[in-house]
Amino acid sequence: MGIDFVIEKFILVIALFAISLLIAMYSTYAERKVAAFLQDRLGPDRAGPFGILQPLADGVKMFMKEEIIPANANKWLFMVGPGLAMLCACIGTAVIPWGQDMMVGDRLVKLQVTDINVGLLYIFGVISLGVYGVMIGGWASNNKYSLLSAIRAASQNISYEIAMGLSIIALLLVTNSLSLREIVSQQHGWHWNVIYQPLGFLIFMVCAFAETNRAPFDLPECEAELNGGYHMEYSSMKLGFYLFAEYINMFVSSTVMAALYFGGYNYPGMDYMAGLLGPTWAPLFGTAIFFLKIFAFIFFFMWVRWTIPRFRYDQLMSLGWKALIPLAIANIVVTGIVIAIVNKF
Amino acid sequence: MESLSNKKKVLVSKPLNFAERMYLPAIASGLSTTIGHFFKKPATVKYPEQEREFSINWRGMHSLKRDEQGRERCTACGLCALSCPAEAITMIAAERKNDEKHLYREEKYASVYEINMLRCIFCGLCEEACPKEAIYLDGPIVPADYLRKDFIYGKDKLVEAPLEIK
Amino acid sequence: MGTSVFYFVATLSVIFALMVVFAKNPIHSVLYLILTFFTFTVHYVLLNAQFLAVVNFIVYMGAIMVLFLFVLMLLNLNKDNEPNKSALLKIVGIIAGGCLVVTLIGSLKSVAIANPLVLKNPNLGLVENLGKELFGPFMLPFELSSLLLLSAMVGAVLLTKKEEKANG
Repeated sequence: MGIDFVIEKFILVIALFAISLLIAMYSTYAERKVAAFLQDRLGPDRAGPFGILQPLADGVKMFMKEEIIPANANKWLFMVGPGLAMLCACIGTAVIPWGQDMMVGDRLVKLQVTDINVGLLYIFGVISLGVYGVMIGGWASNNKYSLLSAIRAASQNISYEIAMGLSIIALLLVTNSLSLREIVSQQHGWHWNVIYQPLGFLIFMVCAFAETNRAPFDLPECEAELNGGYHMEYSSMKLGFYLFAEYINMFVSSTVMAALYFGGYNYPGMDYMAGLLGPTWAPLFGTAIFFLKIFAFIFFFMWVRWTIPRFRYDQLMSLGWKALIPLAIANIVVTGIVIAIVNKF
Repeated sequence: MESLSNKKKVLVSKPLNFAERMYLPAIASGLSTTIGHFFKKPATVKYPEQEREFSINWRGMHSLKRDEQGRERCTACGLCALSCPAEAITMIAAERKNDEKHLYREEKYASVYEINMLRCIFCGLCEEACPKEAIYLDGPIVPADYLRKDFIYGKDKLVEAPLEIK
Repeated sequence: MGTSVFYFVATLSVIFALMVVFAKNPIHSVLYLILTFFTFTVHYVLLNAQFLAVVNFIVYMGAIMVLFLFVLMLLNLNKDNEPNKSALLKIVGIIAGGCLVVTLIGSLKSVAIANPLVLKNPNLGLVENLGKELFGPFMLPFELSSLLLLSAMVGAVLLTKKEEKANG
């Protein structure tokens, strides 16, 4: 473990951090643009050409706002909440394999910050930790709407985590590994897991919508009945952190879906391209393909948000417990039987 | 009672069948509807740069008219102020001097004519009350401003530009 | 380096565990408990038991503590409505606590500083080995414990159902 290794990882970490923040920033812009286009409008187009500087303007606005901490709030926890939400959102990208090993000069660079052999569970753990930011912030605000929202968020996340975990188990039966690096490299070319696990993917995606608190499952922050929910009392950059964390979460779950089910950096005809581009540029091209898939998922997240109305709370729970969990268990059983039969013959 | 128009629709709420309970077909059709709108032309008119055409009976900002020789038509009779339901118009009358005959058509004219645009409701009654055809609401939208005093429009903003001398 | 990290994390876990007891606000208490669990996760990682670490992270920190916090948020824990404890209750508490202390002291007496255990197989804590152990020699206890959880689950469902019947 030489100094060059440290520098390499350091650069990777900084780049990842910058990319996630940049994508989160422009997701806010993209969300407004997509919403506008889906509703036959133009969207923000005043700041810079096509409104491209809108996120900057929004950021400046956020910073300039007055910082208010309610008098009866628990000050310490009130500040911890958004920080925790942001932290949990940002550390998820550490185990994602962003590309194949790349040759830089005569050095083999791994495009992954760290390859834990339980990487999938790590992501799962980080996601399950994410709800603490919402809960602590919601409770510390000392406001009944925030508290209700925090409780909604907690029960929703726990319920959908179960179905998500079960859908992942079926995937693990196929991949035989918990390491994300291995799962992605198994899907070489067009052998994407979504072909083997379509139902598992569907369940995983629905759960990802619920875990990121995105519409149609955005009950914790529903404007109509909870006035914004857990971030109701927040202002300035603390509010900004919560909103940012939501978009980073969306980016991370899009990444996980693309990596687990849609082959990550793999694409049909990658061997031909590898011969064409050489060992430096071919992995980068794969990474670009990966990002295209991620952007497609982010677009899908937004597309769904502006199409489907919000669930009612009992509908949410009955969908989670009575539909998704039995389906996921059935998926595991069927997958197990098929694998057993295939291995026999 | 039997419906005469035969337009009444009887709604029957059946229990959902399996495909409907799965939500997925409905979600897919909803998604296809919205993505259809994604590629449609936006209906937005970019206002300050682009303006929509006004209708014929549009009532916008007032203008005080001039006659064919370029003289102000207003004679400061005060009928507009009297007819105004919102009390938006005030004026001060003055007598025309001999050397001002090319400026004002009548012997009496309005030396000060003010309309408070915050009070005005653009009803057009002043236009109808005017015996001299001096005031018309044929201008554009009254622009926004920051101070109340800037909404009181004097003659500098209301009187039509003088005719170009040919 | 390993031992110094261990001592640092161990100190932290002891401090956080003490804070759980001494914190006045029950929510703070739960949050300190979460931090204590987090230090336990670090301990598991130091012991090379990555799978256990992550599972501890997900199940205890992620799910169980969320539920705990959830319940505590809903309770009205003001000083006023805390019931006065009778003298008998206090005496029982003292006796129970004393028993625990005696047991702890007794177990501490028999502790001797053992030689540090050196892992022969560094991958012992990985999922594959854990699974082979669980579904090999420990098959019966493992399945029995799952049955125990199942019965608890059925019991919980039954509890909610019963009330519904009484109402309707």
